[in-house]
Amino acid sequence: MSSAVSLRDVSCVFRSAGKSVHAVNGIDLDVEAGEFFTLLGPSGSGKTTCLRMIGGFTLPTSGTIHIGGADVSQLPPYARPINTVFQDYALFPHMTILDNVAYSLMVRGVDRPTRERRAEQLLATVQLPDVGQRKPAQLSGGQRQRVALARALINEPQVLLLDEPLGALDLKLREQMQSELKSLQRELGITFIFVTHDQNEALSMSDRIGVFNQGRLEQVSSPAELYTRPATRFVAEFVGAANVLQGADALQFGPAPTLMIRPEMIELERGDDCPRPDPRTLGLVHEVQFFGSFWRIHVQRVQGATLLVDLPVHSAAKCPQVGETARLYWPDAAMHPIPASHAEQAAT
Amino acid sequence: MSQTTHAAAAGGLANRLSTLLYTRRGLLLGLLLTPPLLWFGIIYLGSLFSLLANSFFRLDDFTGQMVREVGLSNFVEIFTPTNLDVALRSTLMAVVVTLACAVIGFPVAYYMARYARGPQKALLYVAVMLPLWSSYLVRLYAWKLLLAKEGAISWVLQQLHLQWLLDSLLALPVVGGSSLSFSPLGTFTVFVYMWLPFMILPVMAAIERIPASYLEASADLGAAPIQTFRQVILPLAMPGIAAGSIFTFSLTLGDYIIPQVIGNSTLYIGQVVYRQQGVAGNLPFAAAFSLVPIVIIGVYLWLAKRKGAFDAL
Repeated sequence: MSSAVSLRDVSCVFRSAGKSVHAVNGIDLDVEAGEFFTLLGPSGSGKTTCLRMIGGFTLPTSGTIHIGGADVSQLPPYARPINTVFQDYALFPHMTILDNVAYSLMVRGVDRPTRERRAEQLLATVQLPDVGQRKPAQLSGGQRQRVALARALINEPQVLLLDEPLGALDLKLREQMQSELKSLQRELGITFIFVTHDQNEALSMSDRIGVFNQGRLEQVSSPAELYTRPATRFVAEFVGAANVLQGADALQFGPAPTLMIRPEMIELERGDDCPRPDPRTLGLVHEVQFFGSFWRIHVQRVQGATLLVDLPVHSAAKCPQVGETARLYWPDAAMHPIPASHAEQAAT
Repeated sequence: MSQTTHAAAAGGLANRLSTLLYTRRGLLLGLLLTPPLLWFGIIYLGSLFSLLANSFFRLDDFTGQMVREVGLSNFVEIFTPTNLDVALRSTLMAVVVTLACAVIGFPVAYYMARYARGPQKALLYVAVMLPLWSSYLVRLYAWKLLLAKEGAISWVLQQLHLQWLLDSLLALPVVGGSSLSFSPLGTFTVFVYMWLPFMILPVMAAIERIPASYLEASADLGAAPIQTFRQVILPLAMPGIAAGSIFTFSLTLGDYIIPQVIGNSTLYIGQVVYRQQGVAGNLPFAAAFSLVPIVIIGVYLWLAKRKGAFDAL
């Protein structure tokens, strides 16, 4: 397999107020050609710095970055075969939309008729055919986002970097753009490297996800793998809701000192009627939240950690009241052991 | 508890007043804008119109009294070769000073806006503003000393065995002279020094408003730094340069002290106005002649607008 982008032992150290901060700490990463790869993590975890190093806006303190097999570690952005969609879109306010989209052709010396024809094509691709003569300030957020996309794609880059491009859009538009981006990526076959802190966005769009925490990559795998088999406690808790049991609390249910159970894997019976024998554990309901498609029930156990239980909305009859007793059941397969060393590392 | 009720009672009238002003925005706006509008309308525009009115009168050549008859004789006189020469020289000087201020000021402004941080930025601010803290005349005479034949600049050049450079500069026609302090070159130097802060500050403000992501996007799209400068930075800094150039241009056009102290005693617009008004007592002609810079600046702004200097505003 050929890697579109590969990072080898890449670190980035910033100095601020006399202290040096490892924004990115010794990362190895391979992104395959044609892949939709997402860098996921909380703010300050190093995902944006990582993207900026691939883009060339920040140079790595150590390590090498290859794009399409060529070492670009110390090259400026304009010498790299990639383009970027910026978080604030960064459309040039003094140029028309058409000039914005055609910008990279203009600086390469392509004549005006050719580049305007090409820009029109790209605007049609992102479904904005009639805005060419307007200025960025006259467009809505969603439209600007599409223009930024068209501008970054006009040069047919090997890799497209997207720095939280949907963050400024409202929920409805964001969901629409998520599916559009995904199908556009499939159509064009360009490698997308996408940065987000939104785990739902990451899960729904990506072929693979790299989870960042404190400048390190915690896990790189497919969305389903990431969700069902998180490698570390941090990943378990950052991606989706998770019940993490530790120590004796974990050992009474399974063989590992750290266990993760997803809330939707747990079944709940209300305490007063007891048709089912042998519950795994008992507890008191102390919070019930409604999320539309499911109820989330916080069960305070007599001993051990509080467990979250997600109850599908169609089984509303089972939904307990606050203060009721609840019996919890789950199969062995629902318990995912988290390797001890990783768990310790995340805890410190 | 008792403290809050006490405060409310004491502020009863003040509270009612703030509520009134908060609910009636028009009243607040009126109160805020009336004094400056009165100032602007009566004192500022009033004096300008009286200037305009005066420029149509004329001076009786025999009695030296002002004749309040409307006529265009003053404007005809502006177009005599001597006066045209003065207007042309002043305009040329203003253009050259403005260009020099822009060329010298831009890198300073760029550095201050994009690279300087914390104490370094404060220091640069002070350095740019410092000349404005001391008297204009003191600084002018200080320059007289620096530029004089036996002055500091000449001495330094002599020590460096570069006297020939100064001599050949002073030997140039039109801009040269017997020494720096008696040449248009000296006048130019002092003009640039005096007005440079007025260029740096607005340009810096304009560059500060350019988000870093614009420059990154430009580089990302394949533009080399020089292209980013031409296509993104310069157009977006243009309103700042235009604002700065209005200062440097109009200040140079109107000044009558600098060319009097430093230069080869050729006249500039300000000096002609000053002499006509003060020495010759010819207020109508002084008024007419002082309309020249206003017209020139009007034309300048119109040209700047046509060239798109304010498109990025």
